Amino acid sequence: MTNSQPTTNANRHAPVIGVEQIALLEKLCNASGVSGDEREVRTIVLEQLRSAGGQAQAQPLADEIKVDPLGSVYAIRHARKGDNPLRVMVDAHMDEVGFLIVSDEDGGLYRFTRVGGIDERVLPGKMLLVGKDHIPGVIGAKAIHLTEPGEMDNKIPLDALRIDIGPGGGKVKAGDWATYATRFKAVGPSFIAKALDNRLGCASLIELLRAVNASAALDHLELLFAWSVQEEIGARGARVAAYALDPELAFALDATPANDLPAHDGSENMIYNTRLGFGPAIYIADSSTLGDPRLAQHLIRTGDELGIPYQIRQPGGGGTDAGSIHRVRAGIPSISISVPGRYLHTAASVVRQADWEHSLALVWNALARLDRSVFSGERG
Amino acid sequence: MREAIAEAWKPLVDELTVSRMGSLHGLKRGVASEPRPKILLAAHMDAIGLMVTGISEGGLLRFYRVGGVDPRILPGMPVTVYGKRELPGIIVQPPDSLLPAAAKGKPVKMEYLLVDTGLEPEEVRAQVRVGDLISFATPPTDLSGDALSGHSLDNRASVAAVTACLDELQRVRHAWDVYAVATVQEEESLMGGFTSPYEIRPQIAVAVDVTHAKGPGASDWRTVPLGKGFALDWGPNTHPVLFEAFKELAERLDLPFSMEVYPSGSGTDAMGMQIVAEGIPTMVISIPLRYMHTPVELVSYKDIARTGHLLAQFIAGLEPVFLDKLTYENE
Repeated sequence: MTNSQPTTNANRHAPVIGVEQIALLEKLCNASGVSGDEREVRTIVLEQLRSAGGQAQAQPLADEIKVDPLGSVYAIRHARKGDNPLRVMVDAHMDEVGFLIVSDEDGGLYRFTRVGGIDERVLPGKMLLVGKDHIPGVIGAKAIHLTEPGEMDNKIPLDALRIDIGPGGGKVKAGDWATYATRFKAVGPSFIAKALDNRLGCASLIELLRAVNASAALDHLELLFAWSVQEEIGARGARVAAYALDPELAFALDATPANDLPAHDGSENMIYNTRLGFGPAIYIADSSTLGDPRLAQHLIRTGDELGIPYQIRQPGGGGTDAGSIHRVRAGIPSISISVPGRYLHTAASVVRQADWEHSLALVWNALARLDRSVFSGERG
Repeated sequence: MREAIAEAWKPLVDELTVSRMGSLHGLKRGVASEPRPKILLAAHMDAIGLMVTGISEGGLLRFYRVGGVDPRILPGMPVTVYGKRELPGIIVQPPDSLLPAAAKGKPVKMEYLLVDTGLEPEEVRAQVRVGDLISFATPPTDLSGDALSGHSLDNRASVAAVTACLDELQRVRHAWDVYAVATVQEEESLMGGFTSPYEIRPQIAVAVDVTHAKGPGASDWRTVPLGKGFALDWGPNTHPVLFEAFKELAERLDLPFSMEVYPSGSGTDAMGMQIVAEGIPTMVISIPLRYMHTPVELVSYKDIARTGHLLAQFIAGLEPVFLDKLTYENE
């Protein structure tokens, strides 16, 4: 089945990745948007929704655009045909993991803490951007010449690290957020950037919406898009968004770790979670929810019948906005689809452009074929 | 690196040559009658880095260090791999699940770290070979308070100070010949520090290098303040007469400085230069630098400028008879 031709012409209208799409992703990745401080990402999303990024005479991409009390962005595209259209939520979180300045220790040195899941072992030696003005700073480490014997056997405790913005100090204060200073790079088949988790999802939603307006393939759906806040610290924005948008089902678009590196002893790596280059990852189970099996089957069937590569994320830990959404109101059947990414939550992650393209194709076509018959299958 | 320095020095010197071992020698002639005495200013131009040791499954690179590198600063660092072409990459630590059980939660050892270039394995194998060099690629960034952060400021900060000195000497009469030398392989074996003075045979040799500035995790006696002037180094690689002369000059010029003592070796090219041929009187001047041998080394521009000014003024004050003073009091 995997090589069969598309059964509908929807595939032809799926979003494609070109120079403009990569430029938007670059802008989104380079923006600072630590959980609780998603302002810069929200600005970019709203610009795209309202004026295609600032183009004169551009039509808004959605019928209704609003910002909710937590700072999440909603864009509603009403169905163009049929009575009582199926209400579908498509969600991506805007926030990224990062840092929060805790106190000023004078001389340009600041104590900081982590926001979201960051391994403290990846912090020494990184350049950061601090606060609204993107003040550059560094997390240094004691020179190797000054280390005591045995010291290098232990990790440098977070407590010993400082953000150093230079001896001039000033301009940074407790309460400022900070992110990695890494700038986006397209390299061969890959993107290397910070915050690909989940600016990829943010860009995907915008590209899907653009494609919706250029085709009739999704006109049968009441489309409820949400760029939500605070996923990395408990998937809070998505919960409120799901309540407000009141969908019948939801897709959460995210990024998930690809732990597909060689094992230290050369043995087969059986615990890779996902692998780069194998297509978008469909979630069956993580620690926050079991993906709705009917939606999982719908995605799998779509991939198989249209020859779109996908992979099943190895069941295990982790969680996405779907973990919040599925428990809202009387329950919302939900599933996550993620682009696999190496080294997420570090200064630089790596994804394959093809995996992003295939995730857009899979979601687009799954939506194009979606109707209430999806619920007639076994709930499991 | 040599080409970049040569370009900067070319308009500032009378002769520019490359030594047999690759060090760059810039000669700026003095005005005294021949044979003129010579002073050598040595700043090493090499930097620590990494070297490819293998290409593993999936096209990921294994590597080892060149010079002293604490593996704990590596995960997440941008690098450049010098294969057939320059490849950008990042250093990554595999998840604990792929490492030996005993390594869980510990700093990941260098042998387990990898470089990911984002390329497919076939492309990596076509471009990269074992032995290819890998350099840090953190972009140089200005920080507040006249500071600069980036990789390899050990010892490019000193190359900049020597360049500032040559620039000032354009406007200053000096009797002695000045050899500005950008040395090679200090971080490995002091190779340039041994070989260039042998060829040049200076009467005085000054090593310009960096030293540890006070900062997070560094506050003991081995550290000096950042941005409060260069350090004049006192210890067995320092000729006492030169130390006194530089100290008096700094005081006369009202340049702030620290005194740094080292009990054995200064860890600079002076260790090599001092014992070349029949022995050379040496001096060590250091620019304070935070987070040495990390990708985010941090220096003060002011300290670099002060170092250049001190060197130029010292050279300007050198008369041929200074040689007679380079003796021990009880000789």
